Formats: sequence, C-alpha cells, structure tokens
Amino acid sequence: MPQGAIEIEHLSKEYPYGFLSLKKKKSLEDLTMRVEDGEVFGFLGPNGAGKSTTIKLLMRLIFPTAGTARILGKSIDDVSMHGSIGYLPEQPYFYDYLTAHELLDYFARFHRLTASDRAGRVQAMLKKVGLDTAKKIQLRKYSKGMLQRVGLAQAILHDPQVVVLDEPMSGLDPLGRREVRDIILGLKRDGRTVLFSTHVLSDAEMLCDRVGVIVGGKLRGIGAPGELMDMKAQGMEILFELSGAAGNLPLLEKATRTGERYRVQLPETELYAALDALKAAGARILSVTQIKPTLEEYFMHLVENDRAQASAVEVSGK
Amino acid sequence: MRNVQTVAANTFREAVRDRVLYNLVFFALLMMGAAILVGQISIGIEQNVIVSLGLSAISVIGIFIAVFLGVALISREMEKRTLYALLAKPVKRWEFLLGKFFGLVMTLTVNTAAMAAGLYIALWTVKHPLLKSDAYILVAVYLILLKLALIVALALLFSCFTTPFLAILFTAGIYVAGLFAADLRTIHGVDLDPGALRLMRGISYLLPNFQNFDVMSAVVHGRGVPGTIVWHATVYAILYIAIVLTGAAVVFSRRNLK
Repeated sequence: MPQGAIEIEHLSKEYPYGFLSLKKKKSLEDLTMRVEDGEVFGFLGPNGAGKSTTIKLLMRLIFPTAGTARILGKSIDDVSMHGSIGYLPEQPYFYDYLTAHELLDYFARFHRLTASDRAGRVQAMLKKVGLDTAKKIQLRKYSKGMLQRVGLAQAILHDPQVVVLDEPMSGLDPLGRREVRDIILGLKRDGRTVLFSTHVLSDAEMLCDRVGVIVGGKLRGIGAPGELMDMKAQGMEILFELSGAAGNLPLLEKATRTGERYRVQLPETELYAALDALKAAGARILSVTQIKPTLEEYFMHLVENDRAQASAVEVSGK
Repeated sequence: MRNVQTVAANTFREAVRDRVLYNLVFFALLMMGAAILVGQISIGIEQNVIVSLGLSAISVIGIFIAVFLGVALISREMEKRTLYALLAKPVKRWEFLLGKFFGLVMTLTVNTAAMAAGLYIALWTVKHPLLKSDAYILVAVYLILLKLALIVALALLFSCFTTPFLAILFTAGIYVAGLFAADLRTIHGVDLDPGALRLMRGISYLLPNFQNFDVMSAVVHGRGVPGTIVWHATVYAILYIAIVLTGAAVVFSRRNLK
C-alpha cells in the first residue's frame, strides 16, 4: 500500500478535569484514517466533535493519550517534518505589533530561505491573499477576515507539501471565502495535499475529494461526498404537470402542489406503476430523479444518531 | 541556533514596540532630580548618593521588568495562542524557549546599559572629571545584569507550569528568599531542632544566592571589586541559569497547549 500523506492510527486524547484532575474526558477516541497524497480532505463535525483536537495533535500542540500519526512518512514527533507542512490555526491570532510583511518575513526565516527568496515569497503571498496594499499596517488594526488571510499566507508561504487548515473560511465574507476556495483548488492543482476542517458543508461538497465526519470524538463516516450520500440514497422523485380534473389519482394524496405542478416522492419499486398511472391520467412528466440526501442531511443524521445514543446511555446509567 | 536568534530578535522587537524602554524616561528624571538635589544639600558625599541611588534604581527597575515580562514571555503567547503558528514551523520547543529568554535578556542589557550611561552623566554633573575608580560602577551594573538574567530564567520556569499570577508570586518569593540564602547557611545560636537546621541549610544551597551579585556597598564607597568575585558570580549565574532553563525546557516540551 503506498504511503499516505497523513496516516493516523488509533489516535486518542483524554483531558483530565474535576477535583485533582481525577476525571477524564475523551476528546478523541481511537481515530484511524488516511489522507492520500494530493487529495483535498474535508474534516466535518459539530463544535467540540474533535476536529481541532485532531489537528492540534498532528501539529504537536497537544500530545496524544494513545496512538500515533505520520505525515509524509515521518512521525509527528519529528520536528523537521514541519518544514514540509503548513498550518492555519482556528481563529488565528498573531503578534499584533508586527505588520503583515514583518510577520511573514519572521515566519519565513524558520524555513531557511535565502534573503532574496524570502522577500520574493513574502511579497507573492501578500498579493495572493489580497493584502498587498495593507502590508505596512500593524496587525492590531486588522479585521478578523484580514487576520484569516494573513494566517493563510503564513501557512502556504514555504510551498509546503501538506497544508492543514483549521476552519479556513471562518470570519470571511463571501468574496474572501471564494478566494480561499480558489487557493485550495490551486494547491490541489499543484499536487499538494490539503486537510481542512469546516462547518460549511457546501464548501466541503464543492472542494473535497473525500470527507471524514467526526461526531463525539469518533469518526462516523469517511469517503467521497458522493459515495457517502449514495450509501444512504433511497427513493425517487417525480415532478409532473396535471391540468384540469385529476380524478381520484391516489398518488396526488402524497404529492405537494405548486400551481399545476406536482412533486411526489416514492419508493423505487413503485416508480413504474406510478408513471403508468400518471400517463393514464394525462399528466406531463417533467423529471424523474433519484432522491440523494445532501451532505448536510447525512451530517445531521450522524449528529442526531450520536445525540440519541448519548441520551440512551445517560438514561440507562440512571 | 538560528531559530533561537530569530525568536530572540523578535522578542526584543516586541519589547521595544510595547514601549518597555519607556522606563528609561523615569530613570532619567530620577537621576536629573538627584543630581540637582545632591548638588544643593550634600557636601563631599555627592558620589555616594548618586551611585547608590542610581544602582538601586537600575536594580529595582530591572527586577520589575525581569519578573513581569519574564512571566509574560510564555504565558502571554499561550493565552493569546500566538505560538500555535510558530510551533507548527520547524522550531523545537526548547529553541523557542531559549529565544524568548535571550530576547528579554537582550532587552534588559540595552535597558541597563542606557541606565548606566545615565548614571555616569548624573555623576559627571556633580563631580568632574570622573576618576578611574568610577569604572567599578560598570562591574556592579554587570553583576546586576547577571542577577536579572537569573530572575528571567526563574520566571520562565514557573510560567511553564503555572498561572501568570502564581508564577509572579513564586519568582518574587524565590528572589526574596535568595537574598537571604547565605544567611540561612550561617544561622547559629538559634533554638532550633538540628533536623530543621539541616533542612534549612539544604534549602539554602538550592536557592539562588542573590548576595553573590551584590557589590553595591563597595562600589558606592569607591572601593574595588576583586576579580574572583566577578568570576565566581559569572560561573554561578551561568550554571544556575542553565539548570533552570533545562528544567523549563523539559516541562514546556510536554506541555499541552489550550
């Protein structure tokens, strides 16, 4: 099996809490997954699901209770590996006494770039994230969206192989989000691996080769957005027009009506019988489509399942 | 060491931009006031008053900066989460810690040097020309700087595992206790249990002995400072700082960030 860009094996994280830190709260439980080389991977989950915990574990900002992970074949304990990865923290906050130019120049120094390379890269990144005209302003005067752009610039400053972005769209206006999407797609075109966490499911659907859904510290589903939804696909939807007297067509009881247009959902096995009945009643069939849940519906289904399980455990515990 | 240098330079820049060096204005005013006052009221002891006041101010201002900024070096970075992006770069945690230490020591060096220059100017206004023996003031300033570096190391260590408030208390507490470290070793005639005396003596050797860096009384009276005292204090400070920073690095290297 070829080496994945990010390989996570049985990663767990517990936080002590309570009196004398005797109790433990599981923030991440036995996470095993791979992000393949060159893919854009979306990490989805509600607040507190364990997305940021996983990313912080990968970045060695916190340490696992159990398990291991490798990035580009190197253990996450190996600091030299950080030369090939870029990281945007959630709600980034940088030294506010520096200008964007100074901050990027400061970070670039850790990547052993020559002075001319450094100057060139810093300038190019500022332009790429649209901060070229604000580069001499101290970061304390920046808006949240501008800080997010600086964060993105420092993450890709050294042209890393793997880019890890924690909520990259957070705080951005629609234009900013579009720019971030373009940057992610640009990274993909250049063969880079991108792992990003997000709440915005439409972004994940649009950008990701694969997504992982994490709820309550556990990975609940992983695969291409289409695959995940196909697994759950069920039923058909018919859109048709019917003017005049419809008689006593039983199908109409289940249909929703807008003017002369009707929309009805039914099991796949009943499709042909329904079409025959509609044809006999003089209906004009406009479309027949398979009902595919959106990523959002799939996501909500997993979250609700998790909550139901948690409350069941709570009740049985009582 | 390049990473250490880079972090140190940025820490110095932070101190300058956060207007830490503004304390020099206070020091300058104090020295000007003292020079004017001394010229009017004291006869023959101008040098003693100016040197004593100047060295005390250098020490006290330096201690405040070392304790408060020393604790803030790491705790502020953790609280504001500014070190997240930095630690994701190819930087080892001990390099970051050492860089922060040297950055603040660099700030204190510039600050102390500027204050020493101010002290000489004040001295010159009450007594000129300056004498060769006045050069001993520099020795006292150097030893104050060593003391400040040791305080910064202690502040860094405490801020690695406790809250900023407690770290300030611990650092200040150790400093005060360290001023009496030598006295604890020579306690006689006190009605104490021999076991307690042994414990006290043991603690006194663990505490940093800040009396090693105090040559003010000799310098104020224009007496020389033996070279052995300077060497001893230098080696002692370097070793103590190395041990404290190693401890800080060990704690910080396993610390989970929020």
